[in-house]
Amino acid sequence: MINVYDILETIRMIQDDCLDIRTITMGISLLDCIDSDIDKACEKVYEKITTKAKDLVKVGEQIEKELGIPIINKRISVTPIAIISAACKGSPVKFAHAMDKAAKTVGVNLIGGYSALVPKGFSAGDIELIKSIPEALATTERVCSSVNIGSTKTGINLDAVKLMGGIIRECAEKTVDQACFGAAKLVVFCNAVEDNPFMAGAFHGVGEPDCMINVGVSGPGVVRAALKKYPDADITGIADVIKEISYKITRVGQLVGTIASERLGVPFGIVDLSLAPTPAVGDSVAHILEEIGLEKCGTHGTTACLAMLNDAVKKGGVMACSRIGGLSGAFIPVSEDAGMIAAAKSGTLCIEKLEAMTAVCSVGLDMIVVPGDTPADTLSAIIADEAAIGMVNCKTTAVRVIPAIGKDVGEELDWGGLFGCGPVMPLKKESASKFINRGGQIPAPLHSLKN
Amino acid sequence: MRAVVTVIGKDTVGILAKVSTKCAEFNANVEEVTQSVLQELFAMIMVVDISKLNSDFATLSDSLISLGEELGVKVHVMHEDIFNCMHHI
Repeated sequence: MINVYDILETIRMIQDDCLDIRTITMGISLLDCIDSDIDKACEKVYEKITTKAKDLVKVGEQIEKELGIPIINKRISVTPIAIISAACKGSPVKFAHAMDKAAKTVGVNLIGGYSALVPKGFSAGDIELIKSIPEALATTERVCSSVNIGSTKTGINLDAVKLMGGIIRECAEKTVDQACFGAAKLVVFCNAVEDNPFMAGAFHGVGEPDCMINVGVSGPGVVRAALKKYPDADITGIADVIKEISYKITRVGQLVGTIASERLGVPFGIVDLSLAPTPAVGDSVAHILEEIGLEKCGTHGTTACLAMLNDAVKKGGVMACSRIGGLSGAFIPVSEDAGMIAAAKSGTLCIEKLEAMTAVCSVGLDMIVVPGDTPADTLSAIIADEAAIGMVNCKTTAVRVIPAIGKDVGEELDWGGLFGCGPVMPLKKESASKFINRGGQIPAPLHSLKN
Repeated sequence: MRAVVTVIGKDTVGILAKVSTKCAEFNANVEEVTQSVLQELFAMIMVVDISKLNSDFATLSDSLISLGEELGVKVHVMHEDIFNCMHHI
């Protein structure tokens, strides 16, 4: 018989410590939807998504019921739309509407892939798509967008960086009535990955098969609860506890992905080993760091604790699943993490510290609310800094900042639900305009030459 | 194919009988039962065979959960795979 202690531990993890599967994301290639007639192409996009993903939500709910573990999101990622829209004339926003309609038909809450990949320059369709992002995000509900502006191999496309600062502002301006939410659906990447199941940055890379299931696990609450039992362990011991619990969390991700893939008749891609927080009590990455021994997340020592945590999560998860991918690491979105929100409000967690943290964890400056009067060039400079960290450290970094139009430090934006709320965080006032307006390409670093 | 039915809460007369009767209604054979008091809570764990159910898993699960609500205890019905995968290499 299965051990009684194990059964109760599993139930406690789910019931008390917020263990869940964060997302089952179906990646769908749209390469076969390319058409020189934009309306025909959109029709094919809608048709393909609604055919491939017609049972996604149903199967997700079945698995949830059978295993007794919540699967919070069922989502879809598609081929970067710039590749599809390049072949036809007309506004790419039509594709966003087709994606949105398809997402609503199949019942997924978000669909990612209104994206362009421009790390080394723009090809046909890229600029049109990027310029259409604000309208696409303001006129759709579930579409998410991302733009890859750099990589370790290519360096950083500073022209794209410049463009994206303005696009982020425009996204916020066009959605002031929704607390500037448009900007929360847009991620600017360096070293974007092709199989990321997490929104808003998910897209289905062109190197991926036609259709694929990827799973993102979660479980900050479980890690914190486990650490609570070892108040006096040394840091090696703490790393071991995190590895052990990550193994268990990831095994569930592997199981869910395997079952989903069988029932949907779609190959199982990867498990993304991430600690994804939510604003719910007891589901915070910041609180794990505080449990390790920081008075408040963001103080000195935060980067070291996070580095250890991120590494231990990977080491624990790596043996628990067949294939790992996506972003795999601890997320530190400010507005989506109760501990981060508190730390930012108290002033302990500032944007400079967050930037340092992104050098050792999975993603980047995520869900950070900045003053509404922040100039586009300053947003571009934030992107450039973050991309440089990704480029030099051979890791994915991203920027998802939300200018709170009409608001300043001391105020906040509140979206509710999984997106949470974020205090406006102060930025430097001095300009980086001259640097950003130089344009061109920051050359790839020396260590990109590995062959 | 087996499921684990866990009943956690305050011990009352007839819990085992009522839960196993409900399982029988669905043609779920009770294979093993253990009971213990853990952290001041009564915990009963049943392993039931669900390969010959006369309905789908979700109906069995909902029905046992609502029985638990009537009895004032918390019932979980979970496929054994989740425990096997988490706790065995």
